[in-house]
Amino acid sequence: MGLLSQSVSITRYRVQGQLEEPVLESIARALKRHAVLDIDNDAAEKSCGWTSFENPFAPVFEGSNQLFGSYMVFSLRIDKKNIPTKILKKHFSIEETKRLAASGRQFFSRNEKKLVKEEVLHRLSLRIPATPHIYDLIWNYEGGKLWFFSNLKAANEELEALFTESFKLSLIRMFPYTAAEMDADLSDLERDRLSQISPVNITGLT
Amino acid sequence: MLDVAIAYNRYRFLGNEFLTWLWYTLENRSAQLAKIDADLSALEIGNRMVLENRRSEGVETITIKGDDAGLEEGLLALRKGALVTEMNLIYRSGDNTWQFNIKGESLNLSSFKTPETAGTQTQEDIEGAVLEKIFLYEKVILFIEGAFRHFVRLRISENWDKNNITQIKQWINKAS
Repeated sequence: MGLLSQSVSITRYRVQGQLEEPVLESIARALKRHAVLDIDNDAAEKSCGWTSFENPFAPVFEGSNQLFGSYMVFSLRIDKKNIPTKILKKHFSIEETKRLAASGRQFFSRNEKKLVKEEVLHRLSLRIPATPHIYDLIWNYEGGKLWFFSNLKAANEELEALFTESFKLSLIRMFPYTAAEMDADLSDLERDRLSQISPVNITGLT
Repeated sequence: MLDVAIAYNRYRFLGNEFLTWLWYTLENRSAQLAKIDADLSALEIGNRMVLENRRSEGVETITIKGDDAGLEEGLLALRKGALVTEMNLIYRSGDNTWQFNIKGESLNLSSFKTPETAGTQTQEDIEGAVLEKIFLYEKVILFIEGAFRHFVRLRISENWDKNNITQIKQWINKAS
């Protein structure tokens, strides 16, 4: 979901750790190294990597390209090939019939069927273009904050894995516990109390 | 720090209590919210609220939707022991309005709409538009962070049981 959209979803993160100076070059280098790979003419079913906010299909990561004011703005792109089950079934059935006829056999074992299915899937993957899913993010490096423009579990998990691998920094999702623990300026005593609290009946009158 | 997955589940109640407290506070103590955010003119409940009651054996979910929906059902659910798990809020500052959903268990924001911004035609426009959007998103995010920080400090204080719970219960009793 684009950050310039009319309506957006945001998941908030904290980023812990420092990058090697100069920071802009370190970020550009990491983005380039983990840029999304095009899989349209490839048998791969999925590709996940960084892309640029302004040119998501022709990313260029150089120096300050992704710098907007004091914020880093770029995107996570997940390309996925969705082969409809019915198409896979059809092509598997055609291939199976052809091979049975060629071998003169009546049926294949489970393992043989599995191999045929994998081959069919591989061939279809070469023919079917991947559907791109693009999720923008804003990273306030100085403030150690990052906003990811999606609440989807799968997209957030991909972000967390790729970010950690690319930048070797710790990315912590802000939910009630982490927000209380990291963002509420608690003393050690207050942290102890936080660790002991449990749900109480704050509303029910009976 | 606890393991993230354990902490998420163990403390989801804290987010739901936060939203319930926020409803109580915007109805009864709006000055407290103005102290958290000096730019805030008003905070109102928008067009959606979800409550969940886990006190009985099963989980009971109550959803209230619609621009002019009354919140009596929500108050009744609170009376039975439910907590707010998700709500749509309208944040006003000066002549501008923001609207968004917030979920208690994750504090995630969705259907987040900012005041309207100018369109983009040139490359320079894009940079300006991005910075303007960042500024607008930040208004609400800083407010939520500030309100949650305030709530957490109240929640772990000794006064929480003595004062705050009593006041919230009095409100529910009077209103429903």
